[in-house]
Amino acid sequence: MKVAVIKYNAGNIRSVAFALERLAVDFSITDNPEELKSADKVIFPGVGEASNTMKYLKDTQLDRVIRSLTQPVLGICLGMQLMCKHSDENNTPCLGIFDETVTLFQPAHNEKVPHMGWNSLALTKGCLPADVDDQFVYFVHSYYVPVNQHTSAITNYVQPFSSAMRKNKFFAVQFHPEKSAKVGEKILTSFLSLE
Amino acid sequence: MLTKRIIPCLDIKDGRTVKGINFINIRDAGDPVELGAAYAEQGADELVFLDISATNEKRKTLAHLVKEIAAHVNIPFTVGGGISSIADVEPLLEAGADKVSINSAAVKNPILIDQLAKAFGSQFVVLAIDARKMGNQWTVHTHGGSQPTEKKLFSWSKEGQDRGAGEILFTSMDHDGTKSGFAIDPLTKLSELLRIPVIASGGAGRKEDFLEAFVVGKADAALAATLFHFGEIKIPDLKNYLKNNGVPSRI
Repeated sequence: MKVAVIKYNAGNIRSVAFALERLAVDFSITDNPEELKSADKVIFPGVGEASNTMKYLKDTQLDRVIRSLTQPVLGICLGMQLMCKHSDENNTPCLGIFDETVTLFQPAHNEKVPHMGWNSLALTKGCLPADVDDQFVYFVHSYYVPVNQHTSAITNYVQPFSSAMRKNKFFAVQFHPEKSAKVGEKILTSFLSLE
Repeated sequence: MLTKRIIPCLDIKDGRTVKGINFINIRDAGDPVELGAAYAEQGADELVFLDISATNEKRKTLAHLVKEIAAHVNIPFTVGGGISSIADVEPLLEAGADKVSINSAAVKNPILIDQLAKAFGSQFVVLAIDARKMGNQWTVHTHGGSQPTEKKLFSWSKEGQDRGAGEILFTSMDHDGTKSGFAIDPLTKLSELLRIPVIASGGAGRKEDFLEAFVVGKADAALAATLFHFGEIKIPDLKNYLKNNGVPSRI
């Protein structure tokens, strides 16, 4: 199996790489379109700011490559947000794989923003392994994707939001499986073992 | 529900953990990588590694150590100690650190906070503040708490937030090492004043102290060192206790 991690100006590529190494997965970190297209699985990581990263993806035409992928793709954190149609973070048009708008948390009861730390998953569809239901994963984000028809897990912070989504072969998680201890490893392993 | 975080802190000198560490099932109690992995296994929510090496020369080994930690530890971790520029931070980020903490250098040169937040994002920047009550003012100290400054805890932490810090790690020098509980009054005030998370540090001695820091002090996370290293409080016991007392905890 060939796993490709998309190489771009995002912050957590190193962490994703270490997590894959811990799982003894063979992978490459690449921005080569052919290598991405021919991989069995593609991981689209991300920590950073939406407009800068989208600009980078457009300048390198990686935006078109990502949209055209047909194998299982996993977007992580900013990767998930960039898979949406639009982000309110600096009013940024995104990839449009999911027809959603990414929105800033508006605290109702003095909740801190960013939403930082361990929060639980409530699975709504069978995309994530069943035994991670009600388990904790690590989040760091200020913007969120609202609950929608493609939501596969919901987490509560300020209000319920999409902590995982799936549309066809595109999978997305708002949390960081690469930093979420054993639960995160289980989720990565499950994604990597998809047919 | 977002849980309260329990954070063991490991002091590192010349690549090895310092202070006595008395852990069951640890092959090498001086190895930060093995200890970090053991804490992650026990259910620690994050780790802080504080480099207290005396010289810059010795600190250069830190990036290598951070890489080893990142390779073996599957929870987030912060690295601090002697960071005074973007150039100090880049190798740590590259090596896999999730966050860095800055302290004395930020007091001396507050714009460092803006620079780091702009370069790497606020989530990457923890502003550590050591303070001691002098008269009726919480006065910020630097250099391991030895030097008083002109800065005050509340205005400095607010400034840090406004400059782009993602979290405040508040250590009460008056409480540190006493095991008499966290500094609850300033903690409550800080937590209410700020819109970024506050980590309580200094004074933990009993499980009840953590409960008070979360419930009364409204802290988002609590940090301790020797208490955990000597196994005086075991992390799974502490988290069960907190959960049973209504504090959201990751078990």
